[in-house]
Amino acid sequence: MDHHDHHHHHDHGHAHDHGSELSPMDLRVRALESILVEKGYVDPAAIDAIVETYETRVGPRNGARVVARAWSDPTFREWLLRDATAAIASLGFTGRQGEHMVAVENARDEHHMVVCTLCSCYPWTVLGLPPVWYKSAPYRSRAVIDPRGVLAEFGVTLPETTRIRVWDSTAEIRYLVVPMRPEGTDGWSEEALADLVTRDSMIGTGLVLEPGNVAGRGASS
Amino acid sequence: MNGPQDIGGMQGFGPIPIEADEPLFHAAWERRALGLTVAMGASGMWNIDTSRHARESLPPAEYYASSYYEIWTKGVERLVTRLGLVSEAELKAGAALEAPAPIKRVLKASEVEAALKRGSPTDREPSQSARFQVGDAVTTRVMNPVGHTRLPRYARGKSGVVEMVHGAHVFPDTNAHGDGEQPQWLYNVRFSGRELWGEEADADLIVSIDAWESYLEPA
Repeated sequence: MDHHDHHHHHDHGHAHDHGSELSPMDLRVRALESILVEKGYVDPAAIDAIVETYETRVGPRNGARVVARAWSDPTFREWLLRDATAAIASLGFTGRQGEHMVAVENARDEHHMVVCTLCSCYPWTVLGLPPVWYKSAPYRSRAVIDPRGVLAEFGVTLPETTRIRVWDSTAEIRYLVVPMRPEGTDGWSEEALADLVTRDSMIGTGLVLEPGNVAGRGASS
Repeated sequence: MNGPQDIGGMQGFGPIPIEADEPLFHAAWERRALGLTVAMGASGMWNIDTSRHARESLPPAEYYASSYYEIWTKGVERLVTRLGLVSEAELKAGAALEAPAPIKRVLKASEVEAALKRGSPTDREPSQSARFQVGDAVTTRVMNPVGHTRLPRYARGKSGVVEMVHGAHVFPDTNAHGDGEQPQWLYNVRFSGRELWGEEADADLIVSIDAWESYLEPA
């Protein structure tokens, strides 16, 4: 950064020389938090614990494990498609924004895509917090009317013969897409398979990785 | 309400903001906004439907100009002031100026893991049998309630087919306004793209919504 003010203080680890570095939203959230804490409504350590949960423990690797298990174990797959809440809970993934789960499985002739046009409903238990694009007006508005155009922006082109099904999450049911298992992965371990499963493939805006694109993985690894 | 949140089918918002290697948070304040929204949600002073309604009651121009966690923050500000937990003067001052109001519960750090693992299930024991079954033809009601609803505008007055019966769930339209949970049967209903969008829609497209029983009539 080009410093115009030569008197800035180097002892401030966060100092910039353009006045306060705090954005209006930073100030606004700090103010709200300090009021809520001062009044005893919120434990700041609880805020830390909530943030830490989604930064370190709950994310799309959970969903990838679910998908890899479904690819590997026909009984689990059948359970997942029949009662996703229970099947997913058996792997330890339960709770907030995943209380009621439905899994929808892609096939050659059918591709599923999930959106929440009214807010940002997303299966936190298996995918973590949603990315900005999922919560954005462009995605929310167009996913239901022009899903092929949306997929094209993600670089995904499906055959004309593949029907697209869009699931608008208007209630507390959360949808997880089970993508198609790629060819050339016979005998792969669940762990190796999970590495192919991208977050976007479980929302339906992406496809899984091709086995050749994952370094150092192979049969029975 | 026909608020700014109901954007399914709108056009003109531009390209989707896809970011490679997107960070979970784009500023430190977003972490705190997430955490305090979830923590206050556990206070028992409001429910998820009240919270959604607070966000979608922002004036449309403000809603569209606000980032996601900004909308969440403004939603919490509206709720705490409306309930008398925090005054406008306190928000302005950025400090507590008055004695706290009674609050149902304060989520402790030690309770966070269990609370998140538990979540807030919305399924309830049904008080009567379901009116519709899988495969039934239904039509969504034409309605424009001034309060909260989860029937999007693009799917009102449309004919579809019941795809799934999800059981009885808390009804957001009443729950958002302190009128109780009043559980209703919840269905997944599928529509053809052409029913929703006209002849120019992809011939094979299917769009599904989850719809409470009172949103539906037999077709």
